[in-house]
Amino acid sequence: MGAAAFTKFVRLTRQPMLRHLLVAVAAGAILYFLTGRLSQYNDYQVGEIASYVVVLAGLSLLTGANGQFSLGHGGFMAVGAYTLGLFMTHTGTNFVLELAAAAGVAAVAGVVIGLPATRLKGPYLAGMTLLFALSIPGIADKWPATFGGDQGLTVSAPTAPGTLSQEEWLAWIQILCALIVFVLLANLLWSRYGRTFRAVRDDEIAASLAGIHVARTKVLAFAISAACAGLGGALLVLSTGIVNTGEFPLSLSIQLLAAMVLGGTGTLFGMVWGGILLVYLPQWSTSLSSDFSLGTGANAYLATIIFGLVLIVAMLAAPNGIQGGLRWLWAHRPRPGQGDHGAPAPITVSASD
Amino acid sequence: MTLFLDYSLDGLANGMIYATLALALVLIFRATRIINFAQGAAGMLTTFIAFSLISGGWGYWWAFLVVLLIGFAIGAATQRVLIRPLAGKSELNPVIVTIGLFVVYEGLAGAIYGNASRGFPAAYSQRGLHIGRTAVAFSYFDLFILIAVLVLMAATFVLFRFTALGLRMRASAFSREIARLLGVRVGLLLTLGWGLAGFAGSLAGLLAAPTSSFGPYYMDLIFIYSFTAAVIGGLESPIGALIGGLIAGLCISYVGGYLGSGLEPLGALALLTVALMSRPEGIFARPPARRV
Amino acid sequence: MRRRARRTTGWARCARALVAASIGCMLGVTLLPATAQAASTPGVTSNSITIGATVPLTGPAAPGYDEIAPAMNAVFDWVNAHGGVDGRKIHYTYLDDGYNPANTATLTRQLVLQDNVFADVGSLGTPTQSAVQAFLNQQKVPQLFIESGCNCWNSSKYPLSLGWQPPYTIDGKILGAYIKANFPGKKIGYLYQDDEFGQDVVKGLDMEVPSSSVVSRQTYDAATLSGPLSNQMAALKAAGAQVVVLATIPAATALAMLPAAVIGYSPQYVVDSVGADAPTVGPLLASFAQKGGASAAQVAAAGGLLNNVITTAYFAPESDTSNSWVQVEKKILEQYAPSLWAKSGLDGNTQYGVALAYTFVQALQKAGKNLTRDSLMNAINSDGHSFVTPGFVPLSYSSSTHFGFEGEEVVKLESSAPPAVTPTGSWIGSVPVGPVQTTSPGSGPIKKYTGPTSTPPKSLSSTA
Repeated sequence: MGAAAFTKFVRLTRQPMLRHLLVAVAAGAILYFLTGRLSQYNDYQVGEIASYVVVLAGLSLLTGANGQFSLGHGGFMAVGAYTLGLFMTHTGTNFVLELAAAAGVAAVAGVVIGLPATRLKGPYLAGMTLLFALSIPGIADKWPATFGGDQGLTVSAPTAPGTLSQEEWLAWIQILCALIVFVLLANLLWSRYGRTFRAVRDDEIAASLAGIHVARTKVLAFAISAACAGLGGALLVLSTGIVNTGEFPLSLSIQLLAAMVLGGTGTLFGMVWGGILLVYLPQWSTSLSSDFSLGTGANAYLATIIFGLVLIVAMLAAPNGIQGGLRWLWAHRPRPGQGDHGAPAPITVSASD
Repeated sequence: MTLFLDYSLDGLANGMIYATLALALVLIFRATRIINFAQGAAGMLTTFIAFSLISGGWGYWWAFLVVLLIGFAIGAATQRVLIRPLAGKSELNPVIVTIGLFVVYEGLAGAIYGNASRGFPAAYSQRGLHIGRTAVAFSYFDLFILIAVLVLMAATFVLFRFTALGLRMRASAFSREIARLLGVRVGLLLTLGWGLAGFAGSLAGLLAAPTSSFGPYYMDLIFIYSFTAAVIGGLESPIGALIGGLIAGLCISYVGGYLGSGLEPLGALALLTVALMSRPEGIFARPPARRV
Repeated sequence: MRRRARRTTGWARCARALVAASIGCMLGVTLLPATAQAASTPGVTSNSITIGATVPLTGPAAPGYDEIAPAMNAVFDWVNAHGGVDGRKIHYTYLDDGYNPANTATLTRQLVLQDNVFADVGSLGTPTQSAVQAFLNQQKVPQLFIESGCNCWNSSKYPLSLGWQPPYTIDGKILGAYIKANFPGKKIGYLYQDDEFGQDVVKGLDMEVPSSSVVSRQTYDAATLSGPLSNQMAALKAAGAQVVVLATIPAATALAMLPAAVIGYSPQYVVDSVGADAPTVGPLLASFAQKGGASAAQVAAAGGLLNNVITTAYFAPESDTSNSWVQVEKKILEQYAPSLWAKSGLDGNTQYGVALAYTFVQALQKAGKNLTRDSLMNAINSDGHSFVTPGFVPLSYSSSTHFGFEGEEVVKLESSAPPAVTPTGSWIGSVPVGPVQTTSPGSGPIKKYTGPTSTPPKSLSSTA
């Protein structure tokens, strides 16, 4: 009786959707345990990583699965963050609704940018998204009364229940959003939509001959990716506590792209590595540079130089990013009982293919 | 009316600099289909080298020339060492390498030269010329910029149109395999293309330095607007770089003047969107035949 | 046995992901630095005081401002070399936030939650410090002597946040009153940075200068500042402005004066002190003046484009070499920050840093041996007005005011004045053209200050 139920359970979990959900729940349990053990400051950082993961997951879908190159996701993050700020300042609606609104408005922005973007390829799209990211702070600065100017709009998460620290509570909120986004995107990539995205990426003409509406697909990918960026942006400014234009410089969009590629373009889990890099690399570089006494100016720029060198070396040595590197290691792991001529490469089916 | 004239002259002067850097981007894109995000920062770094040389007592024009050659060398070396190994793989990776270079160059300039305020001397007087009794927003230095950029554009045009070397470069860019089969040393020509781009980038840096807040970041915004200009003109066409640069310079100047400087990026975005909506490959590019 | 095709199943992939996650987490936990045990008063032991700050050391906002924290450190090194304050040595950790409030939020939390600093002293920027104001007050960490002239630091909601420099609106009011008195009937134009700084200066100007005289208001955006502000200056010229007020950072001051000179426009400049420091702005303008055909000597004598600029000062400028404070500042920097001294000498930023750090040292001394955050705040609020500082006026701190200096005098950059000599050259000096005045950022009147100005103590101990 038990064996039959177990077999049925295992067969059910062959369903990708359910499997993703179970993995997310397991990951959630691990992280719950972990955040309880960590200090307040580390909880804060874990929450930041989770927020970046939300943004990067959307970017990975857009670039990896759909082949569109965006240098402007910092702009979508700003749209989501300012939406949250405006809602919190002027209305008192439910927090979850406010987060959803941030994602929603950013999705609309994604459609606005995505529509003209359907006709553009590679570098042309990059140029457009780059200017988009640069324009958003200018718009916010133009109307300081609405957007808060230098002091920005104040945002805050709901108060932590009981004796829980605010940092840990916020980290849970951010992690929960990251897990939800992971499950949704993983399911999306496994589904017909995912295949449509990849088809458009691989060959637009063949895809349209096969009956796929190419422009609609590309705009959808943009909208979903922008929604993720908007939600991630809103989550990040909850960590900071205010929304102002200084938080969304052009370098943010560039760092997002770099983190995505270093993590592994097209993968979802690789975005965790990307998030960790974004949060920890500056810290590691700074503590490394303080070990050399190079004088203040050189010290401060050492972190920058290290970041640049990491990018260059990683692209030359591991073009598929960390996740890609891990997959390569897994595929080439030594197996027991191999013949002398080595094992044939296993056929791997992964979400980004 | 004089205000419009001042805005226009200012836009043209900026546009010339955008055109120079846009030419560099076009040269690289034609050859290797990559956007070199480090082009502006490389120009900044070589201009800092010029600053060191001039402060160390070198003559202005010697430093100018040497730095242009250094720019050529850096461009060629970048292609050989960093870009060539990545040929044939994902399109995204070389771009990330150039972004990494951009970050490294800025870090190097900041670490070596620091943040302190400094001015970069101009080749010629920057005082406005006089028409009658009124001073116009155009100086001998602006004239120098105009002449330098036109000479560069003309030289590029002559190179590509009328020389065998230029023909071989165009062939390598158009179809690598066929050019190789015909005996063209494709690899060498790609490196040459990047070298020329580095030369143009250095020139842009030198021309922009005297009128900017000369520091590690002064080429950043110029790069973005040059990129816009190159895209508008069509990433394949040097003429497009020139026209695109002038259009971008004028448009941004008018937006900044009449609407406020904070809205300049938005103006550039609007310009780019309009240009690409009508011609997605840029104004001067030929749309590729559809390959099925 | 039927062999299954060797396919990496979905479960294998998920398992791989979980294993990677677990390894990552374990690595992360082991690599994460352990939280230091919090002392009874965080950051204070029997022989040390740990303070922190976030300042821009890299990025477009860094030029000039990156000198302030090292200058502050020189003062703390000087104090430590003389036994510290009540036997405690001051350790100052300043981190680079690149003027990005998101970085400020993270780094400040690192300083407070991980490094357990006693106080946040001398952090820079309005948007950056606004981002952490609520956090610091909620954590009961004093946010002292914020390097920004925003009016927002005087908030009763955040009693632990204190300003230090005169608020920008005070600059605007005092300059505005000078313009009203000395340039009656002239046409006035403004060029200001389009953020809190510029808007606050204009707020002050508008309280004094009749609006009918203001013929043009131009702005620029600091984030997109890279080339000359030619459009703005052309517009001011077209409007016929005879007096131009610049509320600009030093780079923008140069980028405004240069294109104006190109089109032959030379109005009377009135520049906010933020952007009027001759050793900082001078280098940006020097090469222009030289190429204009003047010889190097003529350029130096004429002070270049900065000659006759009106600005304000709230302590004796670096060119006033006979002033005892200036001499002390030079000595401290030369001895305890030799590389900074060799690079920048005594300029507006290093002076600022020395004065601010010395204010903090005074506060520590007044707080006494039993040093807690409360005793420190009490010392500042009740005794701040008696602190010995280079300022022309006493500090205004009290339980109801969180501003530091609220008074300054109007000065003019004059080629006949003794120059300010730094390692980068000889820069035009300034002379006072009016009395020291005090006011508040509100609509209150401007009053002449007739009280005493303090002189530096003979030694550290005599200030206790």
